[in-house]
Amino acid sequence: MTRIYLLKLLTIVISLIFLIKLFGLQVLNKDYDKLSQNNAILEIEDYPERGFIYDRKGRILVSNQPAYDVMIIPENLSPFDTLSFCSLTGIEKKELISNLESARRFSMRLPSVIVNQISKEVYAKLQEQMWKFQGFFIQRKSIRDYRFSFGANVLGYVSEVNNQDLMRDNYYRQGDLIGRQGIEKSYENELRGKKGKKFLQKDRFNRIIGPYKNGKYDIEPVQAKNINLTIDIELQSYGEKLMKNKRGGVVAIEPETGEVLALVTAPSYDPKILVGRQRSDNYKMLANDTVSKPLFDRALLAQYSPGSTLKPLNALIALQEGVINNETQHNCNKGFYYAKNAHMDCNCKYGSKNDLIKSINKSCNTFFSKTYLSLINNSKSTAEGIDNWKKYLESFGLGNYLGYDLPIGRPGLIPNSSFYNDLYKGENWSATNIISNGIGQGEVLATPIQLANYTSAIANKGFYITPHFVKIKDEKKPYNEMPKITTAVDTNNFFDVIDGMYKVVEEGTARIAKINGLKVCGKTGTVENFTIIKGKKTQLTDHSIFIAFAPKENPKIAVAAFIENGYWGSRWAAPISSLMIEKYLNNTITRPRLENRMLNGSLELEYNKPISGENFNINE
Amino acid sequence: MNRTLRIDWITIVIYFLLVSTGILNIYSSTYSNERINSFDLNSLAFKQFLFFTFSLISGIFILFAPSKFFQKFSSLIYLLSIFLLIGLFAFGDTVYGHKSWYTLFGLSIQPTEIAKLSTNLAIAKLLSEIEIDLKKIKSLIQVFLVILIPVLLTLLQPDFGSALIFLSFTFVLFREGLNPNFLLFLGLSMILALFALIKPFFYISVFLTGFFGCFYFLSKKINKKVSSIPIIIVFILSCVYVFSINHIYEDLLSQRHRDRIDIFLGKETDIMGIGYNLNQSIIAIGSGGISGKGFLQGTQTKGKFVPRQHTDYIFSTIGEEWGFYGTSIIIILFATLILRILFRAELQKNIFGRSYAYGAASLIFMHFFINVGMSIGLVPTIGIPLPFISYGGSSMYTFTILIFIYLNIDANRLNETRI
Repeated sequence: MTRIYLLKLLTIVISLIFLIKLFGLQVLNKDYDKLSQNNAILEIEDYPERGFIYDRKGRILVSNQPAYDVMIIPENLSPFDTLSFCSLTGIEKKELISNLESARRFSMRLPSVIVNQISKEVYAKLQEQMWKFQGFFIQRKSIRDYRFSFGANVLGYVSEVNNQDLMRDNYYRQGDLIGRQGIEKSYENELRGKKGKKFLQKDRFNRIIGPYKNGKYDIEPVQAKNINLTIDIELQSYGEKLMKNKRGGVVAIEPETGEVLALVTAPSYDPKILVGRQRSDNYKMLANDTVSKPLFDRALLAQYSPGSTLKPLNALIALQEGVINNETQHNCNKGFYYAKNAHMDCNCKYGSKNDLIKSINKSCNTFFSKTYLSLINNSKSTAEGIDNWKKYLESFGLGNYLGYDLPIGRPGLIPNSSFYNDLYKGENWSATNIISNGIGQGEVLATPIQLANYTSAIANKGFYITPHFVKIKDEKKPYNEMPKITTAVDTNNFFDVIDGMYKVVEEGTARIAKINGLKVCGKTGTVENFTIIKGKKTQLTDHSIFIAFAPKENPKIAVAAFIENGYWGSRWAAPISSLMIEKYLNNTITRPRLENRMLNGSLELEYNKPISGENFNINE
Repeated sequence: MNRTLRIDWITIVIYFLLVSTGILNIYSSTYSNERINSFDLNSLAFKQFLFFTFSLISGIFILFAPSKFFQKFSSLIYLLSIFLLIGLFAFGDTVYGHKSWYTLFGLSIQPTEIAKLSTNLAIAKLLSEIEIDLKKIKSLIQVFLVILIPVLLTLLQPDFGSALIFLSFTFVLFREGLNPNFLLFLGLSMILALFALIKPFFYISVFLTGFFGCFYFLSKKINKKVSSIPIIIVFILSCVYVFSINHIYEDLLSQRHRDRIDIFLGKETDIMGIGYNLNQSIIAIGSGGISGKGFLQGTQTKGKFVPRQHTDYIFSTIGEEWGFYGTSIIIILFATLILRILFRAELQKNIFGRSYAYGAASLIFMHFFINVGMSIGLVPTIGIPLPFISYGGSSMYTFTILIFIYLNIDANRLNETRI
């Protein structure tokens, strides 16, 4: 009987074993599905093109251009003519060998870059000869294309992600680009879009043989947004040209909207040099320039004493507090003694008698010092007085970060009572100790964009809108609807101060800024400043400052210019601001000689003085 | 009664189902995205279809051949196939280090496949001879020689897998009266060989000592007359056997074979090395799930991750694209086919018919067992095709003829009984 049934039984038993095993493999175990996914399907990321950047008038500032990298998979390499490869791509044989070596060390199977970003011409030539170079291939990638040589500090730049970026945000993969500075950084999420996914079918040699299931599971990338800046590139370039060979910052804001029209820092650089093959060399060069610091955005980061440009603000506060009115007058005898042996110098003639408007127009130190003293002493205590004063200034956007949409900034400084308690280490201090604040020379610090912002608050007679660089964030919520921030000074107190500022340009310290047919209001500033040379506090040539807005009625532009060591406010800052206002409002320049002087003028000699190691004179 | 109606139609239906499954899955495993023209004349699926058509035409001729034809000519067919095997050493082509193929008009012919069929015929013929009695040593030697000649010639190619297939004739011999001790001996020695490979010689000798010791004392308790001498001889032989297995494994086998055995024994888990084939096959089958990924949708299959997937590993395509439904249907079809042939064999009056049918079923069983077992990791990697399904003209032809000779013999039995 066994003879008949053995094979039958065996067939049944074996079949059952197979069925059980297959049930286990196919029905019970789910891991194999994932494994086969890993094996046969390549998941690649589908990058949307990075968004374009336009200026306020719709001109393209930044777009993208193709770049070509020569890549290699070491495994596929076969002997090739190194001489012709080097002459085609223009790299040194030594470099080629070391690049090949590091590619091998990195991975035999994964691609590495051998020649970075070859030009289109080289690409065309190389493409024809590629068959000679087994294992090499050319990979196209997209890099930024800057259409203008200006606005580098606003636009910022992109670079490859580093380990910190990878740790911080798991969106990024090695080799991805990320906005590093400027608009590229603040609007990274909008500009990058959102990468999608593509699933590709591989064969066992890891070769891609087509889309997986005709792209059924692919995730479409989210297109990047284009960004319209509030910057007027024409004004921006004009500002940068005017600031050539000078150091400092110029900021222009449209007061009504808070839109930044130009943000000039000097010295700056051409954004085009931070793309392409020379990128890292150029970047090193910029970063290593620790004297003129081209990467340091003075318009946003440099904290300067505002000098006399703070006087209109102090006047406004005094008016609001009621310690002065438009009839208040003070005598000035080339200054005055505010304490025993403490004299406040002034440029007024001996025996002057100045009211508010005259004091602004002549920048009378005596008037503003006396006003400041009465302002501080108006409160119960000096401490309360100064804290109250600080509150007013803060309402103009001073002493703290402004909250604009660029990634960098400084708060500036408005001292309060505890600041002076610390400074005087518990000793008594009184209003006379801090009297310099009245003329903007004390401990107050502000950045150029803060200066421009409070100028626009004055132009608006009592409010400002947080400065910003992007016109419309998205269709639903335009920036134009950003909230007005009202100042602690009421509108009715602005008229006299504005009249004073108008007089400054019409007949006062900044007559040079006068523009025919345009009512310009401004205020000059000349700021003493010191540096330490060989351990010795040394005074340098004064900084030249100017704030202005125009037209007087319904102002369209507010400008703050800060030129380091430019001496009088009217020497550099006022003409530069005035030219920018004229350029922006009239689009023509009626004062070519002034324009030429500004464009060609250089302060390099001035900047060389402290580092020359020789003795030098200041304020020449 | 009309003769055609008495053919074993169930076997024919299963045959057609298996062949068409084969062609579909060959199409899928050799399908590539680039080929827009879905029915390329050069595609392997189409070639397989041509093999099938040619085999079927031959099969139909065979079906209507006179019933005694095969019994008469079996010796001649056997001799011819042996000559073909010998001829390989002179005229054969070497592929992957095996001298197993003739190339004629661009077609590769594998005489080993034909030898499987002819040996089956020869054994059936031999067993049907009146003087043959498997209880006699002389008869045994005769039968073993008939099997051993093609086995040796196949081993010399070398084609270990195909040689192993000839073991399936043991089932025929057992059915026809071979001493079950032979089968027991074969089974035990295989199990022992397996242990010899897994465990060091020292442990096995301890185990064998214990085993035979116990066996001796237990036998002594039951029957006092049991002699210790044969047990000691078997014990010594076992030790020598285990020792020589180790020797063969370590010194005689090439690394390639060692690797294969190691993978099967689970000694190595190097998934990118030699175990790659098996791993990829299991991944493919496993990823098919219950209902499979669908025709032409297998990612493992499309990516050609499983080597030789249209031939030896065709079962993994079925597993991936048709899932558990597909694999279980194929297994049930094979089991049904084998069992049906076995049952019908028992109905045969003459020994030739019975042992031929038995041999056919054994051959199909052995291929099925080794091929499917290998694809799912239950049997070591041995390269033999899955009958009716794997790509290959020789295999298709051999198994078609094998089935149709069986159908002829079976139909004649029906005719004889009815008329």
